[in-house]
Amino acid sequence: MNARALNAAGLVAVGAIGLAYLILTPRLADLDTVLELTVYMVMAILALSLALVWGYGGILCFGQSAFFGLGAYTYAIAMFNIGESTVPFLLAIALPAAFAALLGYFMFYGRISDVYLGVITLTVTLILFNSVNSTAGPEFHIGAARLGGFNGIPGIPSLNIPGDRGTPIDLEGMFYLSTATLLATYFGLRLLLASRFGRIIVGIRENERRAELLGYDPRAYKLATFTIGAALAGLAGCLFANWGSFVSPTIFGLSQSAQIIIWVIVGGRGTLIGPILGCVGIQWLSASLGANQPSGSESSWASLLSNAPLILGAILIAFVLLAPKGLAPTLGDWGQKLLRPRARKAHASVEPMPVGKE
Amino acid sequence: MDFIALLAIQILYAIASLALISIGLAIIFGMMRVINLAHGEFLMLGGYAAIVATSHGVSIWIAMLLVAPLVVGMIGIVVERTIIRFLYGRIIDTMLATWGLSLFLVGLTTAIFGNTTVGISAPLGSFEIGAYRASAYTLFVIAVAIVVLAGVFSVLRWTRLGLIARGTMQNANMAAALGVKPPRVYAVTFGVGAALSGLAGGVLAPVSGVFPTIGVAYIAKSFITVIGGGAAIVTGTASASALFGAVNQIATFATTPVFGEVALLAAAILLIRVLPQGITGRFFRRGI
Repeated sequence: MNARALNAAGLVAVGAIGLAYLILTPRLADLDTVLELTVYMVMAILALSLALVWGYGGILCFGQSAFFGLGAYTYAIAMFNIGESTVPFLLAIALPAAFAALLGYFMFYGRISDVYLGVITLTVTLILFNSVNSTAGPEFHIGAARLGGFNGIPGIPSLNIPGDRGTPIDLEGMFYLSTATLLATYFGLRLLLASRFGRIIVGIRENERRAELLGYDPRAYKLATFTIGAALAGLAGCLFANWGSFVSPTIFGLSQSAQIIIWVIVGGRGTLIGPILGCVGIQWLSASLGANQPSGSESSWASLLSNAPLILGAILIAFVLLAPKGLAPTLGDWGQKLLRPRARKAHASVEPMPVGKE
Repeated sequence: MDFIALLAIQILYAIASLALISIGLAIIFGMMRVINLAHGEFLMLGGYAAIVATSHGVSIWIAMLLVAPLVVGMIGIVVERTIIRFLYGRIIDTMLATWGLSLFLVGLTTAIFGNTTVGISAPLGSFEIGAYRASAYTLFVIAVAIVVLAGVFSVLRWTRLGLIARGTMQNANMAAALGVKPPRVYAVTFGVGAALSGLAGGVLAPVSGVFPTIGVAYIAKSFITVIGGGAAIVTGTASASALFGAVNQIATFATTPVFGEVALLAAAILLIRVLPQGITGRFFRRGI
């Protein structure tokens, strides 16, 4: 069995498990569990967006939650103004992408280093958080939608069947939609990464100077990757606003940003399945520690055990120091060694490898 | 006229507080190429150290100017020895680990002190400029910022310690060949950077109060200042603080504090687009 066949077998396995999960879960689990799983699926899409931008594009974006939050807020505001969900849904993807394109232009065409890029994306997130947080008064509104400041926007109407505003999607429908979107995102990204574009962005991650000397413009490719990632994060934000019919500025917050990074680093940079599993695993862990809120709201401060920042911070430090590659690549290495000692070499192009080690 | 004097003091104060909260970060980043994302939490710890010491009967001046830097400096050395030293040369991993540390410290202080704001009242009272009253503590903060910047500059420029530090910063291997131990220089540098952050946190505690997540309010501004300043530690911090502090304060006067912060960020992004190496990448290139 060579690497290509192994790869195809992996794809088929993910597809089969994903489909079975999609069809069987609502039939076997109670509604509470389905609701819980829905938000895991939404967050997994968010994890995939950073998996693309950071894991494959090599762009350390500390502010992925900015695009997530923008998507959620855009959907909420547009929904109150329009009422029919097709346009808000598309806007929730387009606006974060446009914002990312603008921000990315300044960052990539300014040729700032990776480190500054991380700091700037972090700062943008914080500024967005502060700005939205301070819009509590009734004078802050966009059309019919009041921004609500730190109180957030409650009662967001849910998505409806496109073109038919009388038929909103119910809770079970949201599960199907979120899971199907996650699967579509996963396979879409696999396709994208197998394409010429995907090969080039991985090449740029491995050695930017070399890629540039071969005639590719790293700035344009990075900008495109960053924009696609932001669009995906916006999509996840839209689904998240649907899931809880509520958004508040905490989704721009630092702990939300940190969580996304933690999902990817725990799951493994340079894989797609890793961040999905990391996301579900960490969320499940947070939930069972009693910190169910995905963005760390007040009740998660209750006691030390449910102290999400403390636990997440410790996990992040531990992984950086002890297992910087993350779980999926480590397990994958073991698996491939078991199956075929030399398979790893043929597969190397999609594995993370520090520059200068080739 | 009175109003202009008041505005001038406010702008100077904005510049001074930016410089104070940034200098510790600038030293750690400039000397060691380590991005310390737990910087905001060092400031927060400095604030708590000052407040706890004051509430135990220590004079507020000693608490702010001595206890806060000592406590945070020691924490800094512990952090350097347990986490940072394994990650030299891996900038991205350092950022991630210090971010983990930042979350961890937020969680820890929340568990210890609770999620509420504690504060001490600012000493010194107020003075009058014509029809306006301004806090005299504002002038104290400006004075502390000037003393700290001048002190760091003097140490780096005119002492043997500063010479060793600058040498290690420029070429660690060469410094090692001449008998300096870079790991020790790094540990001391990190400790000094942390201590200055603690000092800033202590001095600003009476102004802003302290709560576990206050680091968030500081970190964005201080990073923008350090990046905007560029490679030279003192000159860069001073010039970027002057620019961003003025922009921030004038925009705040004209509109709201939140818009002031947005203006600061916008100015920073434009500056980095125009001068990717920061201000001292283009001007004052031979500064420290």
